[in-house]
Amino acid sequence: MGYALNIRKCIGCRRCVHACVAENNQSRGTRPGEKIEWIQVLRMERGMFETEKLDHGYPEGLGIQVGGNAYTPAGQVLEGQFHYNPEAVPEKDATYMPIACMQCEKPPCVKVCPVRTTYREGDGPVVIDYNWCIGCRMCMGACPYWARRINVTTPVLPKAEMNPVTHYLGNRPRMRGVVEKCHWCLQRTRQGRYPACVEVCPVGARKFGNLLDPESEVSKILERKNVFRLKAELNTFPKFFYFYD
Amino acid sequence: MQQLIRFATDYVGYVLKGGAKFYAWMGSLAVLIACMLYVFYLQNTEGLIVTGMTSQIHDGLYFANLVFLVGVAAGAVTIVFPAYVYHHEGMHKVSVLGEMLAITAVIMVMVFVFAHMGRPDRLWHMIPPWGIYSFSAMLGWDVLVLNGYLILNFICGFYYLWCKYTGNPINKKWFIPLVYVAIVWALSIHTVTAFLISTMPSRPMWHHSMMPIRFICTAFAAGPALIILIFMIIRKNTRFWIDDSAIKLLSTIVTWCLGIAIFLTLSEVVVELYARTEHANGLYYLMFGLHGLTGLVPWFWSAVVLMIGAFILFLTPAVRNDVKRLPIPCAMAFAGIWIEKGMGLIVPGFIPTPIGEVTEYHPTFVEWLMMLGIWAFGFFILTILLKGAIGILLGDIKFGGQAATAK
Repeated sequence: MGYALNIRKCIGCRRCVHACVAENNQSRGTRPGEKIEWIQVLRMERGMFETEKLDHGYPEGLGIQVGGNAYTPAGQVLEGQFHYNPEAVPEKDATYMPIACMQCEKPPCVKVCPVRTTYREGDGPVVIDYNWCIGCRMCMGACPYWARRINVTTPVLPKAEMNPVTHYLGNRPRMRGVVEKCHWCLQRTRQGRYPACVEVCPVGARKFGNLLDPESEVSKILERKNVFRLKAELNTFPKFFYFYD
Repeated sequence: MQQLIRFATDYVGYVLKGGAKFYAWMGSLAVLIACMLYVFYLQNTEGLIVTGMTSQIHDGLYFANLVFLVGVAAGAVTIVFPAYVYHHEGMHKVSVLGEMLAITAVIMVMVFVFAHMGRPDRLWHMIPPWGIYSFSAMLGWDVLVLNGYLILNFICGFYYLWCKYTGNPINKKWFIPLVYVAIVWALSIHTVTAFLISTMPSRPMWHHSMMPIRFICTAFAAGPALIILIFMIIRKNTRFWIDDSAIKLLSTIVTWCLGIAIFLTLSEVVVELYARTEHANGLYYLMFGLHGLTGLVPWFWSAVVLMIGAFILFLTPAVRNDVKRLPIPCAMAFAGIWIEKGMGLIVPGFIPTPIGEVTEYHPTFVEWLMMLGIWAFGFFILTILLKGAIGILLGDIKFGGQAATAK
């Protein structure tokens, strides 16, 4: 399985986040820590190189000049605000980058797990056996994408809102004290369906498919588009690719 | 076998008898232990929500204490090493006390592990054949070396006491090699604990190779500093006399390990803040605060003042040569390192998170009570172990001797 996301198309509506919460039986709750969302949509200010600032350098430290546009962001960085609440999206001065578990080929979380409760499944995703997890949270420390969440209390999941179509390694309701994360909707994808986030995306920014099939959408994107992975320098080799047309 | 039962009964009998001061001390510790058990119950019915930990900052006070106490356990080697390698007379007399401290510290670490876990009821998942042991996980290695260290110290310490008790000579053929193994093992426990956090490139603040040596330096300052304090208490409250030479050597070790630790901290500050990349955000948060959040700033600067102040006092002849004044810098060094290596190291590793979110962590009352309770539990065990050991060293407990009474 492979995933590709067109960051140029994303409008930051966060429908994927809500669809994911509903599909995967995440904890709702209102107390801090009770609400769990696997997907985060990062809102980044559109970096601007202001011309009037160009000759407004100032000395910093021991008289070394710094340009006027220093310390202002530009372009896609893995650093943004996911608590945003605008009237309408997309906002003029912002770009968006959704992130979730990258399902790494060489996952650092798997390496640090002392009980091997988290591991790579043969078809790609990194999964967690919630019944075997001891809640040591080493995997959360090792993840460079902040993809994992700890259930600090018994998840809040009203009966009426529970999704009854579940998978043991996927979206079955979790218990207190274990770690959880995105698993590419195993309960759907193993049945030939798209993950909930792909299905709900109104602009078609999210693409999911079979990397073994050269004709699949994801394979075609990898072949033809400009593709990058996040924090590639860490050698985690995500199977979650970003691209732009 | 009969000897062993007599040893156990004599030991327990001796430890249980004490004056009003002893019972008051143990009683107040027991109250704190009871509080700890209550909050442990709370944490395992309500969940970690009763702590200040979140998905952003998921290691806090417990992990900080855990790391610090592994250092205290390793620090006991500063007695054993001079005693058995350099044959330091004063140290040799008291080396078993160092082993008792190591046993206590490792047990405290294990209790902190229980407090830290989301599912302590499942810890058996780590232990084969029932569970799965992972050699790829640093935490697995940490459990291995810590348990090994506990067993080594238990064997070395109690075999020595046993020989003193029965009057038999020590079988040096296996005892001395075992002591040497324990000395090297002490380094391993703290090195692995440093690897636990420094092998995560996702946390740039921890991701440097200086971590193990810095851990060992701070451990060999905080450990012996605590030992000096304990020795002072022993000298005051029992008939057991600890030589000035032992205390002097320990204070020299504390001084220079503390000096190197301060040097390493300063090096980190220069390296990180000179270029001031985003990877230095954690350290910057710790020292000055980030985005207006300054929760750890007072912690950091008080640690700096305590450590540098202690170092200067240790170097002042009027303090370092005066056994009465020595506890002051020792307590300062101990407190300073507890902050620097505990909260000051663990928490800013999570600030900002890998996606740049800046949040703060404030330990809750539950966490403080749990921490106090575990420390009380540690002192409880330590009192028992030290009292028994001193009883044997003094000859109050002896095979075939009178029913012993403590002073």
